[in-house]
Amino acid sequence: MGGREGERGGTVNNRLRLRHAQGRAGPCRDAPLFAHLPIWYKQHFKWEEYAMTGIVHDSVDSLAALIPDGSKIVVPADYTGIAMELTRAMVRRGVRDLYMVCLPVTGLQGDMLIGAGAVKTIETSAVTLGEFGGAPRFQAAIGDGSLHIKDATCPAIHAGIQAAQKGIPYMPLRGMIGSDVLANRDDWKVAQNPFSDEEDPIVLLPAIRPDFALIHAKKADRHGNIYIGIRREVMALAGASRQTLVTVEEIVDDNLLRDDETAAGTLPALYVGGVAEAKKGAWPLAFWDEYPADEAHMTSYVAAARSAEGFQDYLDQFVTGDARAAAAE
Amino acid sequence: MSDFPAPDEIRTEELLITIIARLLEGCRLVSSGASSPIPGGGCLLARHQSGGAMQVNVLGSRANNLMTNGGVELFDWAAQGRLDAFFLGGGQIDGQANINLVGIGDYPQAKIRWPGSFGSAYLYYLVPRVILFREEHTRRVFVEKVDFISTPGTSDPEVYRTGGPYAMVSPICQMGFDKDRRKFHLVSVHPGHTVEEVLDNTGFEIDVPEHVPETILPDRATLNIIRQQISLEIAECYPRFAAKVFPEAMNAA
Repeated sequence: MGGREGERGGTVNNRLRLRHAQGRAGPCRDAPLFAHLPIWYKQHFKWEEYAMTGIVHDSVDSLAALIPDGSKIVVPADYTGIAMELTRAMVRRGVRDLYMVCLPVTGLQGDMLIGAGAVKTIETSAVTLGEFGGAPRFQAAIGDGSLHIKDATCPAIHAGIQAAQKGIPYMPLRGMIGSDVLANRDDWKVAQNPFSDEEDPIVLLPAIRPDFALIHAKKADRHGNIYIGIRREVMALAGASRQTLVTVEEIVDDNLLRDDETAAGTLPALYVGGVAEAKKGAWPLAFWDEYPADEAHMTSYVAAARSAEGFQDYLDQFVTGDARAAAAE
Repeated sequence: MSDFPAPDEIRTEELLITIIARLLEGCRLVSSGASSPIPGGGCLLARHQSGGAMQVNVLGSRANNLMTNGGVELFDWAAQGRLDAFFLGGGQIDGQANINLVGIGDYPQAKIRWPGSFGSAYLYYLVPRVILFREEHTRRVFVEKVDFISTPGTSDPEVYRTGGPYAMVSPICQMGFDKDRRKFHLVSVHPGHTVEEVLDNTGFEIDVPEHVPETILPDRATLNIIRQQISLEIAECYPRFAAKVFPEAMNAA
C-alpha cells in the first residue's frame, strides 16, 4: 500500500482537500470520487485510534464492584450469552436489593442471584432451567414470599426495552387483554387506539430503563467494542440501559469496527461501561457455538439447590470457594 | 398402500410428532417455543413433508434459526401475520382453552410455582393455528377452571385477535376447539386408548361425536424419517430428550 500511496494517495487526498476548501466538492460533480471514498480511506489514511480509557477491566470482580446495591439490571435469555462468571462475582461481592429484568426469561443466573438473596424484585416472563427442570431457589422464594415478582409476557418486556432504546415513554402492544398477567400489572395500561374510529383497546407498556445490562460475548477489542454476532437483542439491551457490563471469552488487538463483517455484529464501545476477560465465562451454561452446557454440573446444581443448605454448600464450593476454576477446565 | 407398523412399535413421542406435523399442513412459517422438543420435532417433520414449502424456526437452535434481529423477531412475525402456527402447553388448561403457566394457588405466592407465561399472553392472540400440547392427560392438567389465566382461550369481540386455539394434542387423544361455543370436541382417540379414558381424565366437559375415529398412526416411511433424521435435528437443542426417545439414533451418531 505504501507504493500506491507514493504514487497516487497524497495526490488524491490533496485534490479532495483542495476541492473541499474551494467549495467545489459536491455529491453530483464528484459522485464517482465519493462513491469510492471508503476504499480510499482504507488505502490511504491511517485510522486514528481514539481509545477510550477505563473500559477494559483486569478482573471480573472489578466489574462486579461497579454494580451498587439496589441497581436495576437487565439480563438476556440463555441463548444470548449469560455472564455467569460476573454473576458469581456479584454474589461474592454480596450485592443486594437488585431489580432484575429478564429479556425475556432467565434460568440459572436468576436462580443463583435469587438464592443468594441479591434480588428484591424480578420482572420476567419465566424462570426455568430448561431441560434441567424448574428453578429451585426461585420456586422457594415465591413460596415463602421473599421475592417480589412482576410476571410478564416475553414481547411485553421486549416492548418496554424497545421504548427505552428509542427514548420514548411507552410502547403499545397487541395481546394480553383478558389475561391475569395484565390484571396483576398496575403499571401497565390499556388505552383506545387513537388512530381507530372503532373500539380498539391496546396495552401500553412503560419504558424499562435499567442501570446495567449484563452479557457475555465472544470477544472485545481494547477500545471496548464487543462482538455480539447474530445476537442482535444485545443492541436493544444496551440501548435501553445506562451502561452495559460485558465479559468476553477473549480481548483482541483488532478494532472490530474496522471491518464490515465484524462491525455488523458489533456493539460499539459507546454503550459499554466495562469489559473484562472471562474464559468460559458462561459456564456451566452453553455459550453460542463455543461450548455446550456442562450437563453434569447443571444436574448437581439442581440437586443441591433443592434446599437452602444445599444451595449454600454449592455457593461455598463453586462461587466463594476456588473449585470453580478446576471444574471449568 | 402405505406400510404401517404395529401400534406397539411406535413410541408415543413419535405419534405426537406425526400428529403435530399433520396439523401444520399448508403453513408457510411455523416456530416452536421454549422447552418444546416434541412440537419442534413436529415442525421439522412437517417441513420435510412440505417439500420445501414450509419454513421452520426452532427456538434455541442455530441450525434451524430464521431470526437475525434477536428473539423479538418471533413476536414481530406474529403481529405481522407471518407466523402461521405456534405451540402452547400449560400446567393447567381449562374447558374454555384458558392456559395457566404460572402456578397453583393464590397469586403471587403460589403453592406450586411454574416457570411463567413466556410469550403466551401475546402469541395466543395473534397466531392462527395455536396447537395446545401436553404430555400428561389428567384431571390435574385439564381442569374446569385454571387458577391463573396466563392467556385466555377466547376474547370479547372488541379485542384484536387473529389467532387462538386450533387443536389440542395429548398422549391419548386429539381435540378441536369451537371458538363460538367456547368448547372442545373430541377429534380422535389414539390406538390403545378409549373415549371413556379421555372423559375420565378430562376435568371439563367436551363434545363427543357419535363416532370417534382412531388416530391414524405414522406409516413406515414417516417413522423412518422421524428416527433417522428428525431425531438428529432435534438433538441439537434437546440432547437429553433425544437421548431418551431416540437412543438408537443417538448411539449411531
